[in-house]
Amino acid sequence: MQVAGQKSRLAWAVHLSVAALVVLWIIPTVGLLISSFRDRDQISASGWWQSPLAVEQTYRTRADAGAERQEGGLYVIEGNVFAGEENADAFAAARGTVTGFGITGRAPAAFAPGSEAELRGGGTLTVAQDGAFRAAASDSFGRRGPTIYFEAETPPRFTLENYSRVLGADQMNLAFINTLTVTVPATVIPILIAAFAAYALAWMEFPGRGLLIAAVVGLLVVPLQLALVPLLSLHFKVGVGQSFLGIWMAHTGFGLPLAVYLLRNYMAGLPRDIIESARVDGATDFQIFTRIVLPLSFPALASFAIFQFLWVWNDLLVAKVFLPSTDEAKVMTVKIADDLLGSRGGDWGILAAAAFISIAVPLLVFFTLQRYLVRGLLAGSVK
Amino acid sequence: MTPLLQGLVTIVLGVGGCIAYFYGANLLLDKVLFPARGPKIGRNITRANMVRPWLFLFPALFVLGLYLAYPVVGSFWRSLYGRDGDSFIGLGNYQALFADETFRTAVVNNLLWVLVVPAAATFFGLIAAQLTDRLSWGNIAKSIIFMPMAISFVGASLIWKFVYANDADIGLINAIRTGLGADEAVDVMQVPFWNNFFLMVILIWIQTGFAMVILSAALRGIPEETVEAAIIDGANPFQIFFRIKVPQIMGTIVVVWTTITFLVLKVFDIVYTMTGGNFGTQILPSYMMSYMFRDDGRATAVAFVIMLIVLPVMVWNILQARKELR
Repeated sequence: MQVAGQKSRLAWAVHLSVAALVVLWIIPTVGLLISSFRDRDQISASGWWQSPLAVEQTYRTRADAGAERQEGGLYVIEGNVFAGEENADAFAAARGTVTGFGITGRAPAAFAPGSEAELRGGGTLTVAQDGAFRAAASDSFGRRGPTIYFEAETPPRFTLENYSRVLGADQMNLAFINTLTVTVPATVIPILIAAFAAYALAWMEFPGRGLLIAAVVGLLVVPLQLALVPLLSLHFKVGVGQSFLGIWMAHTGFGLPLAVYLLRNYMAGLPRDIIESARVDGATDFQIFTRIVLPLSFPALASFAIFQFLWVWNDLLVAKVFLPSTDEAKVMTVKIADDLLGSRGGDWGILAAAAFISIAVPLLVFFTLQRYLVRGLLAGSVK
Repeated sequence: MTPLLQGLVTIVLGVGGCIAYFYGANLLLDKVLFPARGPKIGRNITRANMVRPWLFLFPALFVLGLYLAYPVVGSFWRSLYGRDGDSFIGLGNYQALFADETFRTAVVNNLLWVLVVPAAATFFGLIAAQLTDRLSWGNIAKSIIFMPMAISFVGASLIWKFVYANDADIGLINAIRTGLGADEAVDVMQVPFWNNFFLMVILIWIQTGFAMVILSAALRGIPEETVEAAIIDGANPFQIFFRIKVPQIMGTIVVVWTTITFLVLKVFDIVYTMTGGNFGTQILPSYMMSYMFRDDGRATAVAFVIMLIVLPVMVWNILQARKELR
């Protein structure tokens, strides 16, 4: 009995700690996703974790001087703060609840609804909870009525505005296409080159084979930083310069060690009998490779393709160096890091939408092809 | 021509070119140079088989040599020259580096990164792997912890900007602090020394999933009998984990650890997007980028310093790989 009780308590502890870990891991991403759909003013008014709740936001309106009339010895303007055209977006029904009002932008909610505030130009102002206001003074307000600041409960607002703005005015759509343009050729071409080399390293006998495999393992960890300066000047010398062609070549080169290593490991694990019997039957190496080894290696090819796709799609360093820094050639990572964070640093809605656009495709690839990704990781590091 | 079209053409040309090369070269070898017929048939077949591996290897070797081996030498050579690329100044760039305060900060910070990130990611990965093992909803939990692997470092940095923001209405950290009674929001990116650790959290968040996936497979590979024997001997779950399981997967733990270490020495994106290397958070990869396009001599010198740091682990890696081949 005692042991069983302990066991179930341990099981509970495991469930709880995994749940805690999962929540901890997913919360930042959830925050970004929710923020990207929120109204930009609401983002800075309340945290995303409060997004389903109403937000207290401050607004400004101006009393309509045309509605001025005389009442006894006073000039009076009456109206409703929610009826102002300035805030028609937030209060479509021209109704709301005022939680405070004020006469300066610095203290927009200094007075409780229903109380009376002294206007700076003389006279008084009252705003009721339902938004009805009354401004009264002994002199005429002239052509411009007094400005009224008020704070009101605003219902939560979710929009696609951030997305349409970031895709339109901020040219994220162009950056998306550029990223796609960089990624696809840079994923396809290394596979083919690597597959042949991997077959040679796995199934052909020749002097220096072990040395070459060791060299590939060594190149696997050469820091990319080392390659930037010499290759860029090489690209300029041969006339490629900073261009899409240049970045395709660079990504092909940087992806090859992993491709050769992964594919060789996988191909070396294929059953020897199949290949030997094909040889006995008179098949050439070229035939064995294209007819037998290549189709059998599909899982490894898929894992590398996913790796390379994610790596190139997510890369910032290579794109910064090998692509021109003009607006037309910016990929999404460069766009976000160099453009949006600099000029739109405080516009959280834009940043969230941009980030989500850039991670949507990798997440899709990840969740649909996770099986291959895991298999590739295992082939690469566990022997 | 739009880049997209250019990309399609490149795929067709690249793939077509590769196929044409491999097919054509084979044909040339078998039919023209060393045909498998006539009086010298035996010698011809042997020769063709000697040449063929190099035919298969040539494109890969050429690209690897040009894009990874040559730059090691090229970078070192360039680092011996001044800013203009013409004046030979020997180790002048390296001397200037070591005299630079920022460089020393970058080295110290990088050491911190290399110590903390692989250790923390491997540790959390190991814990997550063990806990989710045999859990009914373990696969879902694993997917979620693994997910940040798919996100770019830039995207991850933005995600964490929403956690770290200097505003209690945006940043989760500051919201929690305010909830606990703090008066003012702080910019965690400007807290001296500790800001480095807040940046490391981002990379740990990304890499834990990687460690978890690999270690989880390793845990599955442990022979059941060893665990059963320990249970019969009365070991408690903690003893089973630390004394029986962990020692058996030590090799995999080391592989995970070194893989993440290499990554740490490459990642400049996080520091670049979060702080731009300000507030004492500079690390070597981002320090190098601050010289890129301005002073190639300095930039290559920094790159070479990174190479020197990687070198011992690289040699060890090669030795491990050779051992496995035998």
